[in-house]
Amino acid sequence: MTSSAMGNASAIVIDQDIDPRRRKSLVEGDHDFTSITASIANVAERPKPPKAWYVAMAISLPLTLTLFGCIAYLVVKGVGIWGNRQPISWAWPIVNFVFWVGIAHAGTLISAILFLFRQKWRTSINRAAEAMTIFAVVCAGTFPAIHVGRIWMEWFLAPVPNHLEMWPQFRSPLLWDVFAVSTYATVSLLFWYMGMVPDLATFRDRATTKIKKIAYGIFALGWRGSSRQWHRYERAYLLLAALAMPLVLSVHSVVSFDFAVSILPGWHTTIFPPYFVAGAIFSGFAMVVTLMVPARALFGLKHVVTLRHLENMNKVIVATGTMVGYAYAMEFFIAWYSGSQYEQFAFINRALGPYWWAYWIMVSCNVIAPQFFWFKKIRTSPLLMVIVCIFVNIGMWFERFVITVSTLNRDFLPSAWGYFSPTLFDILTLCGSFGLFMTLFLLFCRYLPMVAISEVKSVMPQAHPHHHGDDAHGAGHHAH
Amino acid sequence: MNAKAHSPAAPAERTRPLYGVIAEYKDVDSLVAAARKVRDAGYTRWDTHTPFPIHGIEGAMGFGMTRLPWFVLCCGLTGLTVAVLLQWWTNAVDYPFLISGKPLFALPPAIPICFELTVLFSAFGTFFGMLGLNKLPMLHHPLFEHEAFKRVTDDRFFLAIESQDPKFGLESTKALLASTGVCADVVAVHGNGDKGVLPNWMKNFAIVMPILLLVPLAWIVTARHSTSPKTRLQVIPDMDQQLKFRNQTRNVFFADQRNERPRVEGTIPRGLLREDQHYYTGKTGPGESDWATKFPAALSLDEAFVARGRERFNITCAACHGQTGVGDGLVSQRATGKYPSWIPPISLHAENLLAQPVGQTFSSIRNGIRTMPSYAQQLTVEDTWAIVAYVKALQKSQAFPVEKLSPEERQKVQ
Ligand code: HEC
Repeated sequence: MTSSAMGNASAIVIDQDIDPRRRKSLVEGDHDFTSITASIANVAERPKPPKAWYVAMAISLPLTLTLFGCIAYLVVKGVGIWGNRQPISWAWPIVNFVFWVGIAHAGTLISAILFLFRQKWRTSINRAAEAMTIFAVVCAGTFPAIHVGRIWMEWFLAPVPNHLEMWPQFRSPLLWDVFAVSTYATVSLLFWYMGMVPDLATFRDRATTKIKKIAYGIFALGWRGSSRQWHRYERAYLLLAALAMPLVLSVHSVVSFDFAVSILPGWHTTIFPPYFVAGAIFSGFAMVVTLMVPARALFGLKHVVTLRHLENMNKVIVATGTMVGYAYAMEFFIAWYSGSQYEQFAFINRALGPYWWAYWIMVSCNVIAPQFFWFKKIRTSPLLMVIVCIFVNIGMWFERFVITVSTLNRDFLPSAWGYFSPTLFDILTLCGSFGLFMTLFLLFCRYLPMVAISEVKSVMPQAHPHHHGDDAHGAGHHAH
Repeated sequence: MNAKAHSPAAPAERTRPLYGVIAEYKDVDSLVAAARKVRDAGYTRWDTHTPFPIHGIEGAMGFGMTRLPWFVLCCGLTGLTVAVLLQWWTNAVDYPFLISGKPLFALPPAIPICFELTVLFSAFGTFFGMLGLNKLPMLHHPLFEHEAFKRVTDDRFFLAIESQDPKFGLESTKALLASTGVCADVVAVHGNGDKGVLPNWMKNFAIVMPILLLVPLAWIVTARHSTSPKTRLQVIPDMDQQLKFRNQTRNVFFADQRNERPRVEGTIPRGLLREDQHYYTGKTGPGESDWATKFPAALSLDEAFVARGRERFNITCAACHGQTGVGDGLVSQRATGKYPSWIPPISLHAENLLAQPVGQTFSSIRNGIRTMPSYAQQLTVEDTWAIVAYVKALQKSQAFPVEKLSPEERQKVQ
């Protein structure tokens, strides 16, 4: 106990330098704690959100209702309303699922992995990114949940004792997927919520109406910022981050097992797990940039979410985009190197077969588009980076489409070959999921602390105690 | 205590217990300096309150590492154990289920679930452990009664010493704190903690609600264990309800309103002409026990016929009776002991069965016998006879005296 306390005491000395290498400050402008709280809380406190918020809501809310409508119709009619037909029995639902799970990854990555690597620049974007994770997981989870058609049979997936005396089959990747995604959703939710507790307390203490006071009060759990509490809280945060890091890597690996463990040429490759994870980070960061650029402008948070943050994210996008490009190339190499005619056919069919257009959209959006971020001009211009990121998002959706559909459309029996065409409901459901995501995000921006207030404060220079030279004196008393 | 004399507040203030004194600071440095001072003065029940975690304040306050990580480790190990036991017990013990020849339980395919549950349990442990150690959620705390304390989540830093501290003295403690770099007067705080904060109706609600929530559950449980003549309520009909007349229902289209139509007098449906009584019923006369003792003449009892019977037997009967007919089929093995009401199939080598006329065995299969159902739907008449022939052969094979075997055959058997 004494030694750890001493370790902490010496941390005072080390921790003074917040930005040892001369970099742009993390919070721009002349800000103190008071103004940071005010500027962030203002987003939720101002009587009315900006006009653009209403416009965005007016678009996303009807889309959300469309999604619910589509789901209701699906439940009543069955999965026949979609374009899924043999041989393409896995179509848009799984494409959308993988797409959204991928988007989710950036949030956890920013909050957990960058935290563990002590990348302090993450503090002003992690909250929004984590929120995005949760909302993306909600959208992702919707698809597997509804694609079974008879959603009231869903409990078959859970290991619950039942009247049939049957248990789920644990040797199947589809069941691993259920566990992975639901664990991921739970842990992300805990992480997000726990990170928010101190900020909810801020909102509670600033609340002007009784309803707000009670609502924020309940969720703030009676937080009072005691140092003993902070100490355990920070430990817990570190532990959750450490748990979330392997988790985030595992989730998309397990998702990729859905494909890789099945013995189909085009799916059955060992490169899938890392390649899926890289793709997930890639698409997730693109989504964060796409959302944060307008959000920071709209809610007046440019001093907290600075260009440096955006630029860093764009660098991650180039890096992961290049990895994804490498994986595409490697798949072809392995197909050729394997000497297996089925494997070779699957890839030639992918690039030149009936879905050649999807394949080349994917390659241009995912491999070529991010390369523009080598230019500082482009990666520091909000408008241009959003354009690139939107292309990336499109490309990543197509990646999943290509993997799923171009593998299934021409299977071993040429007489069974087919071509997939989406129905109206496929399209509406996908658009609806974007609506749900946007709606949740807009509500979050308006009612919850969009930036981690206490964390931003803790990376400001004022937050660090200065060494007073009386530490030798202090250290002698740790026995208390 | 003598709080009365020093508290300028309203009378209500006086009736409530003294929590302690609180000092306010503008910046981190003054707080850390004050914390050192309080620590050095030997106080034990006190705390600092800040808008964000201050690194190194643990040392200035003199407290050590939390036990949280150990707790999380235990949770993680529990998760791992649960995952292994769950997969092994459900898939290899309670419901062994062969799939593509994979082993019932093996470590590699168990890893993903083990990993996920370890992480899940650890995360729950972290979150709830942190809340538990921090005594959260807390409905109310006396410090919240201090108006200025609101800024603790904004930009101010506080140091509070509890009156429960053995070193506490209202005046002396106040003086000690006032000598640190405070930015406002050091004041006493009164309050009750979180007892009695909730209005009564909320408490009652919190008690009644869970009980009410149990009602549907209890209803489901009783429904599971009782029978009812009423038809099931179906939210989504799953093709159970179709536009057709079901068996034994009313049909107003016909004069007699019966849905099942009786056979027209003097006719026989196609393919149902069953003149050969021996062949179709196993009987040779009209009496209860006029069982045929011979196979119908129409059948040729050759090796192919018995082989066919053996194939059908292994498909249709062996599940219960076992391939040798002693009654050790898989269904029987699983059901024995599991269901007290299960009646094990009779060994086909029982004394009375050895002497049983073939017609009677035939009838047992066609019509069922006591708890054994009829297999008329699964078997053609000819196949049924083939099975009877095979059963007879099986019986002979098990009851064959060793002396009658030729020396080579005996060698084989041994
Ligand atoms: C679902 C399990 C099950 C299957 C399948 C089954 N049996 Fe049985 N069988 C039984 C049981 C149980 C009894 C004992 C009935 C009793 O004593 O109540 C029985 C009894 C018998 C008897 C004795 C009847 C008597 O006179 O005492 C014969 C003979 C027989 N089975 C033959 C067959 C043949 C041949 C088949 C295949 C066509 C078959 N069983 C399939 C469960 C089965």
